[in-house]
Amino acid sequence: MEPVLLKRIDIPGMAEIETAVANGAYANLGKGLGMKPADLLEMVKASGLRGRGGAGFPTGAKWGFAAADPKTPRYLVCNADESEPGTFKDRPILERDPHLLLEAMILSGHAIGAEYGFIYIRGEYADAYRILARAVDQAYAKGFLGKDIQGSGTRFECVVHRGAGAYICGEETALLESIEGRRGQPRNKPPFPASVGLFGKPTVINNVETLANVPFIVEKGAAWFKSIGTEKSAGPKLFCVSGRVNRPGVYELPMGTPLRALIKDVCGGVPGAKRIKAVVPGGVSAAFLGPEDLDVTLDFESVAAAGSMFGSGGVIVLDEDDCIVSATLNIMRFFKHESCGKCTPCREGTYWLYNVLHRIEEGGGRAEDLALLLDIADNISGKSCCPLADGAISCVVSSVKKFRTEYERHISEGGCPFAAREAGAAKA
Amino acid sequence: MSEIVFSETAKREIEKILSRYPTKGAALLPVLHLAQEEFGVLTEGVRAQVARVLDLPPAHVEGVVSFYTLFKTKPTGRHVIWLCQTLSCDLAGTRSLLGHLERRYSLKPGGTTADGRFTLTMAECLGGCGTGPAMMVNWDYHDRLTPERVDEVLKKYD
Ligand SMILES: Cc1cc2nc3c(=O)[nH]c(=O)nc-3n(C[C@H](O)[C@H](O)[C@H](O)COP(=O)(O)O)c2cc1C
Ligand code: SF4
Ligand code: FES
Repeated sequence: MEPVLLKRIDIPGMAEIETAVANGAYANLGKGLGMKPADLLEMVKASGLRGRGGAGFPTGAKWGFAAADPKTPRYLVCNADESEPGTFKDRPILERDPHLLLEAMILSGHAIGAEYGFIYIRGEYADAYRILARAVDQAYAKGFLGKDIQGSGTRFECVVHRGAGAYICGEETALLESIEGRRGQPRNKPPFPASVGLFGKPTVINNVETLANVPFIVEKGAAWFKSIGTEKSAGPKLFCVSGRVNRPGVYELPMGTPLRALIKDVCGGVPGAKRIKAVVPGGVSAAFLGPEDLDVTLDFESVAAAGSMFGSGGVIVLDEDDCIVSATLNIMRFFKHESCGKCTPCREGTYWLYNVLHRIEEGGGRAEDLALLLDIADNISGKSCCPLADGAISCVVSSVKKFRTEYERHISEGGCPFAAREAGAAKA
Repeated sequence: MSEIVFSETAKREIEKILSRYPTKGAALLPVLHLAQEEFGVLTEGVRAQVARVLDLPPAHVEGVVSFYTLFKTKPTGRHVIWLCQTLSCDLAGTRSLLGHLERRYSLKPGGTTADGRFTLTMAECLGGCGTGPAMMVNWDYHDRLTPERVDEVLKKYD
């Protein structure tokens, strides 16, 4: 596949507006802003574009809800929080092609009738924040942002809002709270942001990568977009691969790329030709896949059918010498730290899951602990306000199910059978 | 306690921030970032001043500051190392760096070197998983770390 989203990523200086424009940035504004908003919205609907932030919600449908709400002003919010462990795909766009995102936001704002856009960027992305803030200033200076974009009569204002360290602020309603200047705790839904969102107004929230597709859909049409990927998961996708592969990195491939091909052909396989033990297919909120699942294709439907979640495209590979309990413990430590504390099952449950996993890994596990882990997970599942909680338990439920004997060995041997590698790592 | 006042430049910057949002409250995170830049640490006095400038209840500002990990309420060493401990970096060798930081710099998570040069804070996924282990020193991002690379990087921070 010809690169789409990343096609300009290696051109030096794309963060500067002159270079960006010379290489095609903002080239689709004329066409897009010349279209009636309803037609542009229809085009995105017809393209089959689905959200790249994790949930895969159809973008056009989401836009339609907000566009149909008569309240004004409407807001467009770009989710650049990128905090799902294993995910580092939005960062290249933010740092190396920021004008692509601005063009995308202007066009998307036009489609839904939003004259104000916010980009919520995680606090840790300090470089990206500086680059983006500068790109916004340049876009204003050149008349790509402001009251009358390039004489089109369309208005779009854009503010970059910097987070301050909290994974939960990637959840869309926590993100809105954070922009409004509060603790990032998710709101109860309904009402959904499409009708009561930022500052109480209709709001569309989209991931960076989702939006970045829009200028190309405008340029090449819905049919072109649909021709890439699978029938239900259309378009190009950024995959970020880390862990035990020879060539980790961000790769743009069609939706529906087989997991095995991604690891073996694109990323050069596992170092030392070791066997793959487990793969996290879409950020650590997604359940582990095992070696038996490697033939899955990476699209929303197939990964779900394999018992996990397509998620953010963050693929983490573990090899035969990695300890699944240690990996699960690491993930649970993350969720225990990041639970916002609003719901008791999530706040207390992640704490207890962490404690039980910790004692198993450290050699103090008990025979009844496996049942206990699943019982705690069951008491979290579906009983919390936002999807963080269900994401948090998927590593436990899937690893106990798929790698039960490995847990049992920890318990019967009174410690971690893979401790040698970890001790080596600690000493190095 | 001596009075805490924003510099003239910071005051102008606050005005600019306020003009970008329909509510004063929404300026809180950007103003806290600015205050942290200006004063180094968000002490009780700084937090109270932010509350005054934005007409917010002090308790609200307290709640917000305590929620976000990047807001600093206690003094640290001159440079803060944020070492990523999340899964991909852990696989790539965070633990070896931890061992090294402890042996070479007597630095443990949460601790500060005796000379006040570095504070070590463990961080969650910094978006550099493919080139881990990764860390930030203050706001600078560094990756592909080995114990040797860590020494090289830290040399740049006095
Ligand atoms: C705990 C949690 C963290 C999330 N983090 C992110 C994130 O960092 N970036 C992102 O785009 N979406 C994230 N999401 C998904 C958003 O809530 C939302 O679905 C998404 O931004 C919608 O955009 P899309 O339809 O373009 O994917 C997160 C969701 C949850 C529950
Ligand atoms: S599920 Fe967890 S993260 Fe989500 S709102 Fe409840 S406590 Fe917060
Ligand atoms: S896991 Fe360390 S940067 Fe992502």
